[in-house]
Amino acid sequence: MQRKLLLEHIDVEGIQSFDVYRSKGGYSSVEKALKAMSPDDVLEEVKKSGLRGRGGAGFPTGMKWGFLARPEGVPRYLVCNADESEPGTFKDRYLMEHIPHLLIEGMITSSYALGANTSYIYVRGEFFYVIRILEKAIAEAYQNGWLGKNIQGSGFDHDIYVHPGAGAYICGEETALLESLEGKRGNPRIKPPFPAVKGLYGCPTVVNNVETIAAVVPIVNNGGEAYAEIGVGRSTGTKLISASGHINKPGVYEIELGLPVEEFIYSDAFCGGVLNGKELKAVVAGGSSVPILPANLILKTEAGEPRLMSYESLADGGFATGSMLGSGGFIVMDESASIVHNLYTFTRFYHHESCGQCSPCREGTSWMEKILHKILAGHGTMEDIDLLWDVQSKIEGNTICPLGDAAAWPVASAIRHFRHEFEAYIKHPVKQTEINYYNYCHNLETAVS
Amino acid sequence: MFKVTIDGIEVEVPEGTTILNAARKIGPEVAPPTMCYYSSLETSGGYCRTCLVEVTKGSDKDPRPMPKLVASCRTTVMDGMVVTNELSPKVKEARAGVTEFLLFNHPLDCPVCDQAGECHLQDLSYEHGKYKTRTDFERRTFEKIDIGETISLHMNRCILCYRCVKVAEQITDGRVHGVINRGDHSEISTYIKEAIDNDFSGNMIDVCPVGALTDRTFRFKSRVWFTKPVDAHRDCEKCSGKVVLWYKGDDVLRVTGRKDTWGEVEEFICNTCRFDKKKTSDWTLEGVREISRHSVISANKYKKLVKPKEFTLNDIKALPE
Ligand SMILES: Cc1cc2nc3c(=O)[nH]c(=O)nc-3n(C[C@H](O)[C@H](O)[C@H](O)COP(=O)(O)O)c2cc1C
Ligand code: SF4
Ligand code: FES
Repeated sequence: MQRKLLLEHIDVEGIQSFDVYRSKGGYSSVEKALKAMSPDDVLEEVKKSGLRGRGGAGFPTGMKWGFLARPEGVPRYLVCNADESEPGTFKDRYLMEHIPHLLIEGMITSSYALGANTSYIYVRGEFFYVIRILEKAIAEAYQNGWLGKNIQGSGFDHDIYVHPGAGAYICGEETALLESLEGKRGNPRIKPPFPAVKGLYGCPTVVNNVETIAAVVPIVNNGGEAYAEIGVGRSTGTKLISASGHINKPGVYEIELGLPVEEFIYSDAFCGGVLNGKELKAVVAGGSSVPILPANLILKTEAGEPRLMSYESLADGGFATGSMLGSGGFIVMDESASIVHNLYTFTRFYHHESCGQCSPCREGTSWMEKILHKILAGHGTMEDIDLLWDVQSKIEGNTICPLGDAAAWPVASAIRHFRHEFEAYIKHPVKQTEINYYNYCHNLETAVS
Repeated sequence: MFKVTIDGIEVEVPEGTTILNAARKIGPEVAPPTMCYYSSLETSGGYCRTCLVEVTKGSDKDPRPMPKLVASCRTTVMDGMVVTNELSPKVKEARAGVTEFLLFNHPLDCPVCDQAGECHLQDLSYEHGKYKTRTDFERRTFEKIDIGETISLHMNRCILCYRCVKVAEQITDGRVHGVINRGDHSEISTYIKEAIDNDFSGNMIDVCPVGALTDRTFRFKSRVWFTKPVDAHRDCEKCSGKVVLWYKGDDVLRVTGRKDTWGEVEEFICNTCRFDKKKTSDWTLEGVREISRHSVISANKYKKLVKPKEFTLNDIKALPE
């Protein structure tokens, strides 16, 4: 049986409210930290837990916190990245919407460890109703003495502000987020300096994902070692997975890292198998940015080992035969899905969301979209596939922020694993479009009936 | 002092120097091209990615190579660092890629562009571009607008180097323009079509590497290679007063700052010097400005013309059989 740390009480009636949340043991991590632990003790537990950033890059959180500069007389900040805009990822919204106090509690405990008296939650602007939920939760926390001056008589002061974004995916990149929070154009900063040294308003700052901050709560409650017991190897603890696409039960699942991918897709406890009993064709395992893998490679690694839901296993084989866990946006495609169509959608997204600072991403994403559009419109040539490959290779690694890579990887992996689909589209565009639209209409019909 | 090796040539530079500046210290043969970095503008650089280089050894302490190419204009050197620029096939390829990207939406309207002849994008494409375009997609277009009395903006040609934004921020007394919109729809624009009007705004023209910001007072007056650059100065209470006058016949067609080997102005000049002083009597002339022999501007402007020796019949007879 899979243990649940974050979503344990998600089904409890009224868990959104302070009283119910508190009655289920809420805010005990703050209590424990403030009464019995020094900030360094909390940091130590997080280090022991092996927790890794849940925002996409998987950087060890304890190490990130350890890098935070601590000059005298300069404030430090914790910023929660709730800009969740990666196509296929919707776990942070789910968590904030249904159990907002878990995030608030995590913010207070984490801020105590970091010595931050002010923290910010930068929420994706489209989540306006989530912003209201968070603000209500924060108000309740103030009323009950968990925020503000001298929290629970401990002498620790803390304030949390919620800041809505204005609809840009790029503001999820941590330095663009900080720029936006400061009221500037959301362009990623050129690093170094890193936020740990010069972040918000030039002060040392930690930026963490919603889920990362929420995970600090069980880590402090049960100890880092207990957390590290869950999972495999360096992938410790549980992870929220946003499952979508051609599956019977889309939704957000909390899994123990190390769960076999096959079980995740086919077990009734999770996705419940492919929709309409069709064959699995491909999976994008970690949100739109990570390489797509065909069915055989997502279920088993190249060496024939079962593929697991963990940072290491999903990355096994590098980009040649592997992918990444990313932010946990698990998009499943059945045999009827068109890889080229899907890739066009992703590429259009990256073109739309590029901030435009650096030339490879600004022009390259637009170029890739145009080539794909040309192929879909029936004007493609075989050379276009090679050109597409060449363009993505010139973007990857040459940009300021990872959005360039995120735009290039889906293109590279689609060509690597599904070149024949591009060729089919180029040779028989009409037939391919018919197949696509037949499937599209057919899926709609079954969805309605 | 840190020791760095760039394309096999060793150089010593103070701590905190960027790879680019270390390379420039060695000389133009190893210095990467730059389209957005500008030494006198803080926080410039990092955007265009033409200056990417490969770091094959991080430092003496940590000799691991850097996993990706780095922007030399924004990466500082470490002691014992080894960098390859022109000698690295990876760098050449990436640079060719960047050049192609910069041209992807460029109108290629050099024949009607006042910048032609002193355009860094022309130089870059000449050195790193492909001989043939690989795209026939429609290019992104914008309306040409005049931003103020003296400057015109052809957004179609802009490569978003952010230099003009930094000039406005750092040397004028108030920035009223910036980048609006996102991605390849980004454009330089003034705040609700406000005019740019302050004493140092003309420097935006000088720092623009392409023909996006041009001098309205010089518009279509002449191709730059038909004009003759002369160093001159005047007493000016606002700036150093050190300029270049661009003559055609006896007329001063335009006034600009003095640009160094890297195409960057040595000192910023004020708008009075640039736009209002166009008579020879306003200036003390210093002499003909040296222009690199390789620039088209230098055509027909050698300091001294030496008549080549003519062969006579006797010379030919004297040749060995
Ligand atoms: C283009 C881009 C978009 C991103 N969007 C998000 C996001 O929506 N949410 C998030 O938590 N991290 C996002 N990230 C990752 C953040 O930059 C950063 O790594 C993360 O917030 C760090 O938190 P973590 O260590 O807790 O994962 C994005 C990164 C990039 C390059
Ligand atoms: S990679 Fe794209 S999004 Fe990131 S800084 Fe460059 S242009 Fe902006
Ligand atoms: S000059 Fe270095 S990135 Fe533009």
